[in-house]
Amino acid sequence: MSEQRTQQPVRPGRGGRHGSRMPVEKARNFKGTIKRLTDYLKTEKYSFIAVFFLAIASTVFSIVGPKIMGMATTKLAEGVLARYSYYTQLHTAIQENMPAAVIDELQRQPIPGFDFEYVGKILLLLAALYLISSLFSFIMGYIMSSVSQNTVYRMRNDVKDKLDRLPLKYFDQRSYGEILSRVTNDMDNIATTLQQSLTQLITSFVTVIGILIMMLSISPLLTLIAMFTLPASLLITLRITRRSQKYFAEQQKYVGEINGHVEEMYAGHKIVKVFGREEDSIEKFREINDRLYQAGWKAQFMSGIIFPALNFISNVGYVFTCVVGGLLVAQKKIEIGDIQAFIQYTRSFTHPIIQVANIANVLQSTAASAERVFEILDEEEEIPDRENARVIRFPRGRIKFEHVKFGYKEDELLMKDLSIDVQEGSTIAIVGPTGAGKTTLVNLIMRFYEVQGGCITVDGVDIRDMKRGDLRTMFGMVLQDTWLFNGAIRENIAYGREGATEEEIIRASKAANADHFIKTLPDGYDTVLNEEASNISQGQKQLLTIARAILADPAVLILDEATSSIDTRTEILIKQAMTNLMKGRTSFVIAHRLSTIRDAGLILVMNDGAIIEQGSHDGLLAQGGFYAELYNSQFAGATA
Amino acid sequence: MVKLFLHLRPYRWYLVVAILVLFGQSIADLFLPTLMAEIVNNGMMKGDTGYIWKYGSYMLVVVLVISICSIIASFLSSIIGMSFGRDVRDRVFSRIESYSLHEFDKIGTASLITRTTNDIIQVQNLVIMGLRFIVYAPIMSVGGIIMAYSKDKQLTLLLVVALPLMMFLIGRLATVVVPLFKAMQVKLDQVNLVLRENLTGIRVIRAFNRLDRENKRFKAANRDLADNAIRVNKIMAVMHPLMMLIMNLTTVAIIWFGGHRISQDMMQVGDMMAFIQYAMMVMFSIVMVTIMFVMLPRAQASAIRINEVLDIEPGIVDPPQTIKTGGRTGVVQFQDVNFSYPGAELPAVSNVSFTASPGEVTAIIGGTGAGKSTLVNLIPRFYDVSGGSVLVDGVDVRQIKQKELRARIGFVPQQPVLFSGTISENIRYGKAEATDQEVAHAAEIAQAGEFIAGMKDGYESMISQGGTNLSGGQKQRLSIARALVRQPGIYILDDSFSALDYKTDARLRAALRNETAASTVIIVAQRVGTVMDADRIIVLEEGRVAGMGRHRELLESCRVYREIVSSQLSEEEIA
Repeated sequence: MSEQRTQQPVRPGRGGRHGSRMPVEKARNFKGTIKRLTDYLKTEKYSFIAVFFLAIASTVFSIVGPKIMGMATTKLAEGVLARYSYYTQLHTAIQENMPAAVIDELQRQPIPGFDFEYVGKILLLLAALYLISSLFSFIMGYIMSSVSQNTVYRMRNDVKDKLDRLPLKYFDQRSYGEILSRVTNDMDNIATTLQQSLTQLITSFVTVIGILIMMLSISPLLTLIAMFTLPASLLITLRITRRSQKYFAEQQKYVGEINGHVEEMYAGHKIVKVFGREEDSIEKFREINDRLYQAGWKAQFMSGIIFPALNFISNVGYVFTCVVGGLLVAQKKIEIGDIQAFIQYTRSFTHPIIQVANIANVLQSTAASAERVFEILDEEEEIPDRENARVIRFPRGRIKFEHVKFGYKEDELLMKDLSIDVQEGSTIAIVGPTGAGKTTLVNLIMRFYEVQGGCITVDGVDIRDMKRGDLRTMFGMVLQDTWLFNGAIRENIAYGREGATEEEIIRASKAANADHFIKTLPDGYDTVLNEEASNISQGQKQLLTIARAILADPAVLILDEATSSIDTRTEILIKQAMTNLMKGRTSFVIAHRLSTIRDAGLILVMNDGAIIEQGSHDGLLAQGGFYAELYNSQFAGATA
Repeated sequence: MVKLFLHLRPYRWYLVVAILVLFGQSIADLFLPTLMAEIVNNGMMKGDTGYIWKYGSYMLVVVLVISICSIIASFLSSIIGMSFGRDVRDRVFSRIESYSLHEFDKIGTASLITRTTNDIIQVQNLVIMGLRFIVYAPIMSVGGIIMAYSKDKQLTLLLVVALPLMMFLIGRLATVVVPLFKAMQVKLDQVNLVLRENLTGIRVIRAFNRLDRENKRFKAANRDLADNAIRVNKIMAVMHPLMMLIMNLTTVAIIWFGGHRISQDMMQVGDMMAFIQYAMMVMFSIVMVTIMFVMLPRAQASAIRINEVLDIEPGIVDPPQTIKTGGRTGVVQFQDVNFSYPGAELPAVSNVSFTASPGEVTAIIGGTGAGKSTLVNLIPRFYDVSGGSVLVDGVDVRQIKQKELRARIGFVPQQPVLFSGTISENIRYGKAEATDQEVAHAAEIAQAGEFIAGMKDGYESMISQGGTNLSGGQKQRLSIARALVRQPGIYILDDSFSALDYKTDARLRAALRNETAASTVIIVAQRVGTVMDADRIIVLEEGRVAGMGRHRELLESCRVYREIVSSQLSEEEIA
């Protein structure tokens, strides 16, 4: 029960987010997961529809921009050309010594002006288009920010609710780090996809198609040239990406290795030192570090040249557009403003293409994340409480195990046929070597696990006929792993009973011998326990948990005596407090201290999941069995 | 930050080349629109196809130059950045390995881990990104402005309005967003914390039937996180369209005013088109520079933390002249030893004197905080005494080479730390060249043979990181075996039996007795049962020796010892 589960280092490199860089983790059932994710988004469907249309509108408005801008440029160029031809005519007329009348005639003509009214109108239209486009894009982002976060918020809550309904069996099989990573990292991944990638997907598609249409409308020939750059860009992206992914995967692996090594060496610093292994440790570090460097620079380099490579292609396209476009303009086939627009189009073409090409990766990694989240949601839940559950109004605390069968794994029974009858108000000491099943006994009474055969009754009622909540409020637990949370001491004690008054809290602390030390703390009852509760000692923690149990005032007590790490003074205090607590209640004590064992009304000696001996201390000693052996091995020195 | 960049020294020539290449690239980049302007002005407007072809080929050459430059720059920046990361990482790790426990505790394991891993990656990325953009973007913005200016002086006034406006807006938004980003991490940690508490305390929460309360806590933290993220996203939702709008409106303005300049014959159409492109280049570069400035503080914080590690000198080093002790004896002597943790008001150990000789078992008992672990930590010189001296075989430990001193000690720590690897590798950690028999023997004595044999791969079974696949008792036994395999002259067992059940504990102590017969054994313990048979029991209270002697003597003479005993044993057992 108290085995430590260290947090696993966060899984390295969830793929996709960094675009073309990270290797992508794939979902096992891509289609199904995406469908489920879509179902999840159903409640927000109106927002999505709105975003969809806004994205299209915003993109369309911004795509028309260059074309319209080109019209203005064309008009300006026309003005320049008109004036140019006028001056050329005038010039030739003068040079060729044309009759003065002709020259006069020409000079009397107004110098061709610029149609600024037209240009102005176009520019105003343009400004309006850009304004609308930006506005739509803003509204889209605004809606999406709430939609994505609220969806993930709901999902997180659903997962938490689910975790509450999962049997303890589930948690035994997994590391906390793994579960945490699903609730934070995976959710984060989903949120980012919803927030950015989804709108990007829409806008990119619309942009690509829109630009294509605009390009074709300007010049099919130029479009053809621009199209040549397209497969080239895609090919280069894919090829480089494939290689860089290999190196990124390697880099990620070595980062993981190096982090692992560092964590281990630092955690075991004392051991490394005392066994004089610093050099070995540094040598191993260097080895991994060097491999990291080798993979790292290649990965960086590869990802670093994608951009220049694409830029190269885009620039070549640019040059050809200029040249061919220039030739077309020179032959008066198209307008100069169209060239300007076309150049702008080719320039803004590559980016959305990379995004579209990358969308598969993003969706894959999102699906993988979503799948992990759904995996939790699909776990088998605890058997629900009975509808018409029975309530024991005044519990007396008589507990019976009848032919209980149980194993943590279905096919490996730990308890084959266990029967115990505990009278109300008595103290039962449970002794036995590690792994004998002492903690299991407790787990079963509290119905943390379901029995596989037989039944357990409290005051004659099968515990499966009660609500779990009602059953558990009858018990008070003081365990070795004293769970306290990050909050004030007062709140931690008050945890025992909802709505406890200040007075009751202090009374409970006094009964637990905790009042004194609490008062010596800087903020007394308001002292906030830090994350690992390391600002109070192990023994003090135990006193707090005792106070918590006293406040809960349960009918049955379950105590797990501390084995070590507590100084003797505190230990005396704890012992007194426990004795106070046990008065008049049925108590199960997982006992390590001889005095507790001797005072117990009944000693259960457990081994391999079975009660192999039971009776009083003296009786058991006289039997000369397992208990006698156990007793002698521990305390023989004392009596000798 | 600058100080950390001194580690770039070995790569300074690469750096120079990289900057030169980047410079070349930006010049070439800036040249492109001018060439295009030439094509427009002299080719398109005049219908001169020969001119268009000629300048078109010039442009191709420039494009090629740009690509070659940027590939070289990318190559160099990757090499420089990763080498820098590797070197700093190596230096930090080596430095931390040389730390004594004191320096180690000062910063803390978790923080040291982040400093060696994340912080360095943070700075390394800044170097790589920095070389690609910090150098490139300013050249582009300055060069772009110069080129724009050369195209048309008066039109440049437009940029004088647009650029500061843009910088101001980005800066403004950044001051709002950056704190929110920071808060994001805090709030995410809070969600993690609540969930972690819920996972670790799952039994207690269910036992006290407080799921609802925990759910409320979780939902509050979750809501808080979501709200913060929404706020960030909303600001970002403003940012992007706003930038686009400024850029687009600047273009519109350039055409309007540029049109008038053209009508006044002050400017050519091609120049106006080039001007637009320059304006865009400058604006993109400004955005990049501003983003850099937002990134910088984070890397700066990392750099400071890394420097802190490199600046701390290990407090315990070998003296220039060491004294060699004799063969394998192992007499440990404390002479009036005082020790205070730095900054502590009261000494943790004061005026402790005793001598432990080979063949003797010395036990140290006392409450938590009495100074037991501190006392034994002075023997392998994890800390240096503040007064008096600790001697091994008559030589002050400060005059022995640390490696030699520690080679004579078999140390079993309170927390059994194992490393990932096989069981035999872990036992061999005590003695690399130990034979299979020696390993097996040590495991047998430590009462680990049985459970090892029960494992699928026996001695070759893998231990996961942190030994999570073993029970506390199993880890303790392996940790003892690791010390035993050294066959050291001195054993230090720091409360090493706490996770063992009675039977194993007793068997282990019996086996140890034979194995360590010729060595000096120092045991720190909480249980009276463990220390009763010792040749010498030292009772510590608040760092002082409250009593020293055998069990029976102490029962009569030492009040503290009696208290301890009576709390653990009943009357008749004491007698």
